[in-house]
Amino acid sequence: MTWSEDQPMVSIKNLHKSFGELEVIKGVSLDVMKGEVICIIGPSGSGKSTIIRCVNALNDIQEGSIMVEGQEVNDPDLDKRELRKKVGMVFQQYNLFPHKTALENIMMAPLLVLKQDKESVEKLARQLVKKVRLEGKEDSYPGELSGGQQQRVAIARSLAMSPDVMLFDEVTAALDPETVNEVLLTIKELAEDGMTCILVTHEMGFAREVADHIYFTDKGVIVEHGSPATFFDDAKDPRTKEFLSQIL
Amino acid sequence: MNKPEYKTDLPVMLPPKAGVNGSFDFNLKPWHGLFLLGICVLTSTAAYTQADPVKAPPFEVLLRWMPLLLKGFMFNLIISVSAMGIGTLVGAALGLGQISLHPWLRKVSWFVTQFFRNSPWLVLLFFAMFLLPFELKIGGYTIPLPDWLKAIIGLSLPVMANVSEIVRGAIASLPSGQWEAAESLAFTRTQVLWRIILPQCVKRMLPPWMNLYSILTMATVLASIVGVSEVMTLTGQALSAEDGRTDLLLPFYSFILFLFFIYCYPIARWTVYLEQKFAVKT
Repeated sequence: MTWSEDQPMVSIKNLHKSFGELEVIKGVSLDVMKGEVICIIGPSGSGKSTIIRCVNALNDIQEGSIMVEGQEVNDPDLDKRELRKKVGMVFQQYNLFPHKTALENIMMAPLLVLKQDKESVEKLARQLVKKVRLEGKEDSYPGELSGGQQQRVAIARSLAMSPDVMLFDEVTAALDPETVNEVLLTIKELAEDGMTCILVTHEMGFAREVADHIYFTDKGVIVEHGSPATFFDDAKDPRTKEFLSQIL
Repeated sequence: MNKPEYKTDLPVMLPPKAGVNGSFDFNLKPWHGLFLLGICVLTSTAAYTQADPVKAPPFEVLLRWMPLLLKGFMFNLIISVSAMGIGTLVGAALGLGQISLHPWLRKVSWFVTQFFRNSPWLVLLFFAMFLLPFELKIGGYTIPLPDWLKAIIGLSLPVMANVSEIVRGAIASLPSGQWEAAESLAFTRTQVLWRIILPQCVKRMLPPWMNLYSILTMATVLASIVGVSEVMTLTGQALSAEDGRTDLLLPFYSFILFLFFIYCYPIARWTVYLEQKFAVKT
């Protein structure tokens, strides 16, 4: 348990994951340093989302190791709640709690999980609302907000736990095209603030702009990875080239 | 009436037809229960014209018995509310047991639910009537178990099983994303259930729960078969006290139908209203 900041914050080694007979991740390894932003891209069904769902133990894994700040996730004695306090996650379908207002959504976890006092939590929540540019929407219910607004509340809700790593699972895939940018801008600002982020995304332009490192997955393996410049302009693998030619 | 012209012959684009079979569209309203009262009054007077003039007119007889019948009906309501209360409390616990992480608790809850949900209500009532002792001796105390209490217990068994399924179904109907989002925010399972899942389920559970109450209220007359002095039992007794006059059957029984209708039908209407209201917002 001696983890220091010069070691990877998230370190995945030889990850294997099966759903019944179907093996969807066949030996994936990647490292994320503190403050780094990495993007995982690839065709549908290539196991991108599964990889990041394994990082906060929403999916169990069959083989390999995932270390988050020196803590093994694939440990039967792992306290998942302790792990999840450090790892924030934002979903494609926002998954806000519909019976709570935007502000209550943000405040719930710090109040009930971290047992912080109400006054400081509310102060933090209002700061976060401002950060994601939703002033005036504090008392709106999720049903009254647009997809982009809901997704930004979801980001703020996750940030309220002050996680060390943020996972973004295709967070713009369910949004209307005109609201995609407001969410991407929020994530970009987060990345600039030094938040460690792992993103699964289909937004190539965005990936190129914010990522420090890009991983391309296909059929459960990482086919190619590199810095955005080398990845997008100088792809080596024919599968990467084919994928990029279809997207770009 | 001017029909607007539709520039399409696609069936899906045409306005919906009124009613199921075309033009006839009838909506039952609570005041339609007055028809039952109408039958009651009509038969009381019409029957009288054929009856022996020495005997009291049926309507007068009905009026005379009415306080007793109303008292009996109140008893039905008390049975229904009590059975619903007990059934809801135990059933909710059983429903939560069905989604427990503990495999044995889950299996036992499932079995109990299925057993009582798939048994006829009347059989369960007999079961409670004849298997429960007439009094319980706990320590030095003797707790009497009168028939009406046994009837409440007997009727609360199927209610319990149905509530259990309502709770389980409502929880299962929520998108799994709610669980995942809550879990990834490090809530405990108990917190997820009580703070996030169940508050959203209440809305979904309310209409089927009210429906169940309505059915239970109508089923309380089953208690007459096992001798509880509720409205049906009292009616039978009143009729035999009047020497089994056949001209009294229709007024008396339509009066009871009327009582149940004006009590249950508004509940049914309200259920439909709530279903429509909650269906819009997800």
